[in-house]
Amino acid sequence: MSDALITIVAATLAAGTPLIYAALGELISEKSGMLNLGVEGMMLVGAVCGFAVAADSGSLWLGVLASLLAGAGMALIFGVLTLAFQANQVASGLALTIFGVGLSAYLGLAYAGVVLPGMQPLQLPLLAAIPLLGPLLLALDPMIYLSLLLCAGVACLLRSSRLGLLLRGIGEAPESAHALGHPVIRIRYLAVLFGGAMAGLGGGYLALAYTPLWVESMTAGRGWIALALVVFATWRPLRVMLGAYLFGAITIAQFHAQALGVALPSQLLATLPYLATILVLVLISRNSNTIRRNAPAALGKTFHPSR
Amino acid sequence: MIKARRRAPLPALWLTALLTLASPGAAAADPLKVGFVYVTPVSEAGWTHQHELGRQAMAAALGDRVETRYIEDVPEGGESERVIRQLAADGYGLIFTTSFGYMNPTVKVARRFPQVIFEHASGYKRDHNLGTYLARFYEGRYLAGIVAGKMTRSNVLGYVAAFPIPEVLRGINAYTLGMRSVNPGAQLKVIWTSSWLDPGREREAAQVLITQGADVLTHHTDSTAVVQVAEEKGVYAVGYHSDMSSYGPRAQLTAVIHHWGALYTQLTREVLEGSWHSRDIWGGIKEGMISLAPLNPAVPQEVARLVAAQEAAIKAGELHPFQGPLRNQDGVVMVAADRAMSDEELLQMQWYVEGVQGRLPR
Repeated sequence: MSDALITIVAATLAAGTPLIYAALGELISEKSGMLNLGVEGMMLVGAVCGFAVAADSGSLWLGVLASLLAGAGMALIFGVLTLAFQANQVASGLALTIFGVGLSAYLGLAYAGVVLPGMQPLQLPLLAAIPLLGPLLLALDPMIYLSLLLCAGVACLLRSSRLGLLLRGIGEAPESAHALGHPVIRIRYLAVLFGGAMAGLGGGYLALAYTPLWVESMTAGRGWIALALVVFATWRPLRVMLGAYLFGAITIAQFHAQALGVALPSQLLATLPYLATILVLVLISRNSNTIRRNAPAALGKTFHPSR
Repeated sequence: MIKARRRAPLPALWLTALLTLASPGAAAADPLKVGFVYVTPVSEAGWTHQHELGRQAMAAALGDRVETRYIEDVPEGGESERVIRQLAADGYGLIFTTSFGYMNPTVKVARRFPQVIFEHASGYKRDHNLGTYLARFYEGRYLAGIVAGKMTRSNVLGYVAAFPIPEVLRGINAYTLGMRSVNPGAQLKVIWTSSWLDPGREREAAQVLITQGADVLTHHTDSTAVVQVAEEKGVYAVGYHSDMSSYGPRAQLTAVIHHWGALYTQLTREVLEGSWHSRDIWGGIKEGMISLAPLNPAVPQEVARLVAAQEAAIKAGELHPFQGPLRNQDGVVMVAADRAMSDEELLQMQWYVEGVQGRLPR
């Protein structure tokens, strides 16, 4: 594999990774029926907390843990509002985003100019031995591998495990699950917390590995892209992964096109990642039966256990 | 039937209203309130950071004759109009709006508050109480282009830019002209990120430019990402807005630095003394509004001498970066050999000079 190709593929994978984290988390959350629109806010708070802890402690992995916990903490706020106080999910999620943007800006004031050595690629001799992909695999950092493992894990969980079945059932018909004696509220809390933790990891990846610096609002809308990705991929983990990497690939490709002097307006090229990802995902998921099967019927609806 | 009794207006209310209509600076005891509206967070480097340094310099110079305040991270559009209007309504006598996108909101609020003075950076609409100001960044870009042109080995330079407005194009063109004045074979590649501040995107763009052979990068965006990528990948970079050598000690060749302190102090003093009038201010190296950061030790002495000589020539008015003959990418002569571009032409610039690769986005 030529050096240029390796750089391009590695850049594509890295560009898609924050989207994968955030979208997988939101997928689990939505599968349980909880529509958490606060992904952008959770990613930002995860990013700033991860960066702050990494800068103060000197350990990147401690920062990664901190971003996970921070994202989960933000999601807990959403969980309490919607599950304990029965607040409207859409409004709570939006409020969480606005809160997260402001909170992260405030927490990040002290870290504005700090420079961190970012996460280095995983240099395992074992990986280098792999015939075709060896040199490419040496250029990927650990969190990219983690995101791939998590994607496989989430796919297996949803398809083949009891917990996955329960989760899907709660997202379809929480009243029935409740009547059968399953702990609907508890499972929803766990799903929401998982969603927050993953969003936090996505933000942490941005601040610790992708661009190792902290700038206000550095996610630049990636949380919203992840939200859309979950829907366009019809709540299927592998399609989410495809969509995320497609988005990353076209973003890198359009920069290459610009630098090569392709005669298309840059504004048009800038819209290509969004257009292409939507188009591809809509085309492969256009079977209405598939959509009906995978979309959680109780998404966004408040569940009252007393009724 | 109950008839509502008309209340006589309170005299105190009318008195207060009369007093608030007094012109700014008339109350000698009260400090002049000066407001600043920033489009991005102040952070440690970048466009807004330099404006903030200017504000601090002005506040230090004028002491308790002024009371300054800034509001950062105000998005352009409706939100900015609300913020500017709030400052005017809160009794601020002089308001600086520091982004091109604040132009129409500033014009609107200036019409509503004729007693408040507004200064808009990088705009072109003025009013009797609204002036505009900008710095000739392109002079610094020209000099930086000379350094970059001399230091490149691959003869490919990279530029990460935000939006194709005339100000950004002036920078690109001046940089290219400087580069070609010492290295006629060099080419410049430009990538547009469509965002003033998106470190992830800036990083991706910088990496793409390096993949395509660029060994000197520069940018017209607001974060330090491009300089940091250059440092990591072992290529050179030219910083912009602020000195970014702390982010790229080995990589940064130089930086084009903005200085707003002297201008802010002068304008505020004019408002305090009542001698302010609306005009367009466009200062450059001569007025101390633009300077180059210290050159990287790797830059040879002869290049440093050349840059110093050209800088002195610009200061003395002998050298204009956009001196003709200037050809655009298709080879068409846009500026004849016997003249330099006028200010009006510079403000309307919407084309690339020869040496820039790629088509200009419409």
